Amino acid sequence: MNPNLSRRRFIKGVIASSAAAATSSAWYSATAQTRSAGSVERLLILNINGRKRPVDVLPQETLAYTLRYKLGLTGTKIGCNRGECGACTVTVDDVSHYSCSMLTHSVRGRAIVTVEGLQAANGDLHPIQQAFIDELAPQCGFCTPGQIMATVALLKENPLPTREEARQALSGNLCRCGAYDHYLNAVMRASGQTT
Amino acid sequence: MSYTYIGKDFTPPDIQGKVTGSAKFAEDYTVDGMVYARLYTSPMPHARVTGIDAAAALAIEGVFGILTADDVPSVDAPNAPVLTNEPVYVGDPILAVAAVDEKTAENALERIQVTLQPLPFTTDPTQSLAPAGPSARVEGNVFPREMQQLNWSQQELDRFRAGGEPTGAAPTEWSYGDLEAGFDNSAVILEESFVTTGYAHMSMEPRSVLSYWRNGRCHVHGSTQSQSFVVPFLAGMLGIPAKDLVYISEYCGGGFGSKIAAYPVLALPGHFSKKLGRPVMLRITREEEYYVGSARVGFQGWLKAGFKADGSVAAVDMYIVQDLGARRAGGDASSAGGAVSILYQPDAVRLRDVPVFTNTTPRGAQRGPGQNQIAAIFEPILDKAARELNIDPVDIRRINAPDSSATLNANQGPVTSAYMKEALDLGADLFNWTQRKKRSGQRKGSVVTGIGVGQGYHSAGANGFDGLLRITPDGKIHFHSGVGNLGTYSYASTTRTAAEVLKCNWDNCIVHHGNSDLHLPWSSYQAGSNTTFTHSRANYVAAMDAIEKMREIAATTLGGTAADYEVADERVFATGDASRGLSFAEVATAAIKLGGRYSGAEYPDDIHEVTQRAVQGVAGTGLIGVAKDNLPKRGTAPGFAVAFAEIELDLETGKHEIVEYLAVAECGTVVHPLGLAGQLRGGAVWGFGMASLERHVYDPQNGLPANVGFYQCKPPTYLDVPSKMQTAAVDIADPDSPMGARGIGEPAMGCATAAVMCALSDALGGHLFNRTPVTPDTIINHVAERPQAYGLLSINTF
Repeated sequence: MNPNLSRRRFIKGVIASSAAAATSSAWYSATAQTRSAGSVERLLILNINGRKRPVDVLPQETLAYTLRYKLGLTGTKIGCNRGECGACTVTVDDVSHYSCSMLTHSVRGRAIVTVEGLQAANGDLHPIQQAFIDELAPQCGFCTPGQIMATVALLKENPLPTREEARQALSGNLCRCGAYDHYLNAVMRASGQTT
Repeated sequence: MSYTYIGKDFTPPDIQGKVTGSAKFAEDYTVDGMVYARLYTSPMPHARVTGIDAAAALAIEGVFGILTADDVPSVDAPNAPVLTNEPVYVGDPILAVAAVDEKTAENALERIQVTLQPLPFTTDPTQSLAPAGPSARVEGNVFPREMQQLNWSQQELDRFRAGGEPTGAAPTEWSYGDLEAGFDNSAVILEESFVTTGYAHMSMEPRSVLSYWRNGRCHVHGSTQSQSFVVPFLAGMLGIPAKDLVYISEYCGGGFGSKIAAYPVLALPGHFSKKLGRPVMLRITREEEYYVGSARVGFQGWLKAGFKADGSVAAVDMYIVQDLGARRAGGDASSAGGAVSILYQPDAVRLRDVPVFTNTTPRGAQRGPGQNQIAAIFEPILDKAARELNIDPVDIRRINAPDSSATLNANQGPVTSAYMKEALDLGADLFNWTQRKKRSGQRKGSVVTGIGVGQGYHSAGANGFDGLLRITPDGKIHFHSGVGNLGTYSYASTTRTAAEVLKCNWDNCIVHHGNSDLHLPWSSYQAGSNTTFTHSRANYVAAMDAIEKMREIAATTLGGTAADYEVADERVFATGDASRGLSFAEVATAAIKLGGRYSGAEYPDDIHEVTQRAVQGVAGTGLIGVAKDNLPKRGTAPGFAVAFAEIELDLETGKHEIVEYLAVAECGTVVHPLGLAGQLRGGAVWGFGMASLERHVYDPQNGLPANVGFYQCKPPTYLDVPSKMQTAAVDIADPDSPMGARGIGEPAMGCATAAVMCALSDALGGHLFNRTPVTPDTIINHVAERPQAYGLLSINTF
């Protein structure tokens, strides 16, 4: 088990997930941009990709919603909005999370990294991004940001994973194109291991 | 043949956006003043809308209006309308509401009173065929290219359900050869009933759409496999000339047949935007994607196959009841017959087809529509015949394997080329088939080993489309690709044929794609595994046209005749005297001065109107190479694949692991090795899903879908597939493709589903399930010698 993932945090995560994993219509009712009765937007300062980002957030707003629709960070994809596909994966304090199933208020003071935060300021690609290109890992590309962020979290915790460890670590990220093999090749390449 | 670009890997220009997050899919766009639409979808499987009262909804602050079926063009049944007053399945869109945000739109939906009058419904084709059975549509229950009503007698139905040769009427039939003589010549005759369950495409990207009107033109940000092919049809759905549509689909988050062309929801925001005078974004949820995102046609069938003593297939008699869902579909059965006709070259084939509507999600093409269902069923039957004839499974396939003299379909037409024996031999060698086969049936505790080989086929190449390229005075080469970006990279890899012909530096080439205003030529649809063949040809003819023009310009400028000049290294120069010539930059400048056909001011009269507009858009900017592909094509361009699988089946849990997998492509010359490997592996993942995981289930009492999400639909995850899969290719050039390439996307799946089905059968001593998916429950019941939980032809089973 991930040492950063305490039992208490796991349980909190489950509670947050169940709040967000309701039906789609309830989700829209819960996360839209206008205020509903009794809910007040709070100005939060979020730490996203190493920058302080002030943003007004509703109590029930998910991190995926905040990233995509309030901050314009559309690299984070919403494939299911209920914790089943992993397209919305980001890292929070270096641990991968489904941003569709996390409340934005729960990440105050924590370091969030999205796929947009990987490229160096001079435009150089992150080694993981380069490895994904070299292995022609993406097909349609919709799940790719999530696969990359899951890889970022994996290699932070385990810089030299076995292929099986990588497979387990990325197993929460669906790819309908079936590019799993190529993604694993990319993880192994990114970790400096021959494929 | 040695090439500079063909057969070499490259970095496709769109891939950087995919790994950095800068790639923009339809939902990633915003425009000022954008409002949000939400759908009201049918809660009933079949009903008539008798009233819509939206007054309370429209009174909500921030609600801008509703769009109903009365606001959009009506279509004849069974075509799919944008919105409907006769919903034919749970989830069928009835109306849309737009508001300042989605919450307000959702609240408005709750205030809209839609009065529905329930109509009879069915979730099982055989139920609809019963005497006085329910019809999924008021116009009729079957669709052999026209709406008809068909009901069998109870005896006919009972006989079919019990596994007997169907005697009920089949509205569609084709055949060739002498079926009776074929069975007379057979040493082994097998009769089997089968079921292949339909299931959702479940592309990762829900098909959200943004539309707005600007200067009289409708802008649509959508998600489709194809690009140029969509334009005239979507324009038609919007009621505008194609020139007034700006269609942007630079990225498409997966389609697999569900986003080939313009689909109804793609036109909805355009209509709504026109009505409201505001940009409209329609975000589609995962649940809605299940409803509007298409699914595979299901089969309930029977077949009789006769095999001669030497293992060659003598005759195949197929009878397929198709589950069409509620809208136009139905090519799968005939395609299944076509696949059998080419893969096994039988002396005689008959296909009878009963295409039946059900009140379930609309169906359409799904990766190998028909070919791959029958691959899952027929290949294990072939193994059964091999066992009875004491022939090795690879050998029986080799005996029947199509070569370049092969024929297919009812008309027994020719192929461009075929090398299936070579594919089988290469695969058997790489897989170490002879040694590995010895492990068949070996037990380790509760785990038993199964070995399987499977084959897949799909036609893999069209012709008659256009190519367009441009050389500009800065010396750059611009390839205009009307090919959609469906994840195969063929939009770019097919332009490398032109780069190969022009002998230019790929780094100086720019590929324009993904936006109809980028002057993109007419293209085939990106489906049916055709693009690599089709657009290698189209790019080839455009490049040849450019070369001809450059040589003419050189002759005009420098003297001599065009025949005195050749093109290489981004120059046109006199043969034998490279110093006498023009650079691409100079020839582009000269082309602009010369005008006419050199600059695109004139163009061939046989190019499509979409290409004509594209040329008009770039005329005068450089030297234009443009042509329609009129190259000869001697028959169907086939795509084949062979797969080999070793599985370990746990008889206590009913689950299996695929421990070794190899796929071999027979798709002519390899154009893009990593891209081909990706298709073979991705296709395999689809095949594994079909064999043992994916199916949709409808509650027959209420017509409700039981699995609208990823988890219940169960596309394979990392843990359901091997972490490493081997690939190879025969790599023999096809004579009708300029670089020798054919397509592969769909056979890559069919071979995998067949190999796993055969391996499952092999692990169980040759038992045939004749059903997809083969679930753990099915395995356990079989092992425990308990009856299965469903009837022979039952669908909607777990």
